[in-house]
Amino acid sequence: MSSPPPNVGLFVTCLVDLMRPVVGFAAVKLLEDAGCVVSVPAAQTCCGQPAYNAGDQTDARAIARQVIAAFEGFDYVVVPSGSCAGMIRVHFPGLFAGDAPMAGRARALGERTFELTQFLRDVLQVPDVEAEYIGTATYHDGCAGLREMGVKEQPRALLAAVRGLELKEGGEAEICCGFGGLFCVKYPDISGRIVDGKVDDVLATGADTLLGGDLGCLLNVAGRLKRRGSDVRVRHVAEVLAGMTDGPPIGDP
Amino acid sequence: MEATTRNFERNARKALADTKLQEALARLSHGFPAKRRQAIARLPEFEALRDAARDIRNDVLENLDFYLERFETRVGERGGQVHWARDAAEARSLVLKICQDAGARTVTKSKSMIGEEIAINEHLEANGITPVETDLGEYIIQIRREPPSHLIAPAIHLSKGQVAESFKEKHGQFPKDRSLEEPRALLDEARTVLRESFLEADVGMTGANMLVAETGTVVVVTNEGNADLTMSLPRVHIVIASLEKVVPTLDDAATLLRVLARSATGQEISVYTTFSTGPRRPGDLDGPEAFHVVLLDNGRTTMLGSELHEMLRCIRCGACLNECPIYRAVGGHAYGWVYSGPMGAVLTPVLIGIEHAGDLPNASTLCGKCEDVCPVRIPLPRMLRHWRQRQFEGNQSSAASRYGLKAWAFLARRPALYRLAVGPAVAVLGMLGRRRGRFRRLPLAGGWTASRDLPAPAGRTFLALWRKRPAGRP
Repeated sequence: MSSPPPNVGLFVTCLVDLMRPVVGFAAVKLLEDAGCVVSVPAAQTCCGQPAYNAGDQTDARAIARQVIAAFEGFDYVVVPSGSCAGMIRVHFPGLFAGDAPMAGRARALGERTFELTQFLRDVLQVPDVEAEYIGTATYHDGCAGLREMGVKEQPRALLAAVRGLELKEGGEAEICCGFGGLFCVKYPDISGRIVDGKVDDVLATGADTLLGGDLGCLLNVAGRLKRRGSDVRVRHVAEVLAGMTDGPPIGDP
Repeated sequence: MEATTRNFERNARKALADTKLQEALARLSHGFPAKRRQAIARLPEFEALRDAARDIRNDVLENLDFYLERFETRVGERGGQVHWARDAAEARSLVLKICQDAGARTVTKSKSMIGEEIAINEHLEANGITPVETDLGEYIIQIRREPPSHLIAPAIHLSKGQVAESFKEKHGQFPKDRSLEEPRALLDEARTVLRESFLEADVGMTGANMLVAETGTVVVVTNEGNADLTMSLPRVHIVIASLEKVVPTLDDAATLLRVLARSATGQEISVYTTFSTGPRRPGDLDGPEAFHVVLLDNGRTTMLGSELHEMLRCIRCGACLNECPIYRAVGGHAYGWVYSGPMGAVLTPVLIGIEHAGDLPNASTLCGKCEDVCPVRIPLPRMLRHWRQRQFEGNQSSAASRYGLKAWAFLARRPALYRLAVGPAVAVLGMLGRRRGRFRRLPLAGGWTASRDLPAPAGRTFLALWRKRPAGRP
């Protein structure tokens, strides 16, 4: 490459940080393999979505400020989650209505913020990946990734390059899994009914693996799959694309 | 109608356990959305039409006073009369007065959400007047004394067996052993009963899908033709409508009709689209002698210019209900009042007060599908969040959730402290969950583990592992 390598700040997300660090390392590997210089600012916790969606604008704004300050020095912000990427890109600017300088900074950061597979395909134009995964997978489109960020073909295009992997689409891949952040604990009965529908759809594909780009959805669907005694393996798409599938799938020992 | 919006969670649990309802909801979930998609696939300019429809509705809301005055003038010029109702009580009184002045004993009605909103049937009954719903679905729920469970398919929660039971109970005039197995038999019986009402009604009451300002015309769409008989056979036609239903011109009405039926049922146009303007003119062969339009505000004008302004673009197609994962799980009655689904979750708190409907804006995953399918592009998730913000700022959310959120936010705003707190928690849970990889039960996580396992965390946070990463490699 003649131009300097892109300087990427990885926003790892609170769920990947706390629950499943391998997704973060997989994201780093994919970005570095694609020629990026990756940094992980230590001053990151969460994108603020729990506060934002609960109507707590004050805390959401404070957290947004923190994210903007920690990440605005990078060429790009890359997030292994469509939901958190959507929070930064779509929702941060609106938190600073009436504060033009902050709103401007939020917009500028938002424009450089991408979901991982979207960044690899749409910005870096990565043609394929070097990975192998023996199995048949179905893909769950996380709602915010799909509808706020426009993530749909990118993960599928990259997965097509994975040796040994066959992709089978579920008829309801674009329907919400019922996670919804705090929704799933506030309305557990409704959430349970919705995730059951998602599990039915996953099982109907006959796939042995469920992949997705949002750990919130994956924890939810994996939890219900396990409760129903299914042995479908659940992984974040980055794990498969980076060939980092030696460890247990989500919810398995 | 008594609102049970406060009991949303209880209503929802009941709905989830109701197998007949769940079967009906499964039929709906696979019916309307697929028909809508097919209809849109046949119309390449649909997205452009949505923009046009949105722009028409925006123009209406920007100039609502102008269009309403023009509508009133035109209705007057054609011999009709417009009545203004600030709230439901005023609307009820106005309708009752018109009925009483007409000496009405029977009032036929075509489907109207405003009729439900102001509970006009109960009011007429209490004053000795018999209202008869003539839309088949509305008729069914009227004899069952239920509220509608869907904007355009009010009895969608019922199976044909349940309808047959209600008919046998209500229609004592027919042989007890008649077969009502086939939908056709149900339809024929309802038609036989309703035909008498059509002929004996003194007043016909309809809603309105649109009010056309340039002509004073009321536009009503149905698939059964019942509105046509309702408005043309009796001596008096009363239209009840909320005031934002006005549109500038007949051309605008045509544009909206093109997105309405496709979004609602996947039809290109509803079976009956009726434009009625004023009472019968000299020489007309039919039509009512008197034409009244009762225009209801009921808090809608307080939405103008507010964060909820765009909700007033709604044309009541029901697409957001059909596609909503929450609606599809619990159905319309769980919402506890007249309006349900995403549009109901935004509108109901305006009409009956957020303090009575606090669950509605919260019972959403904010998945965004509603906005995706809305023919007039209402940003419904943003409005649901807006209600949550008002609740949070008004201290109306539950204390437990507020304190939990505040404690979490306190840490999330302090990365160093956050690291100190989450490290040990993740380590303990990681250790406890290592053997099975998940938890079946966990203190304080009952909401989660009631229906699903909780995958165990890995035991170390990404950031802790990253700090130890030697020379840029994991």
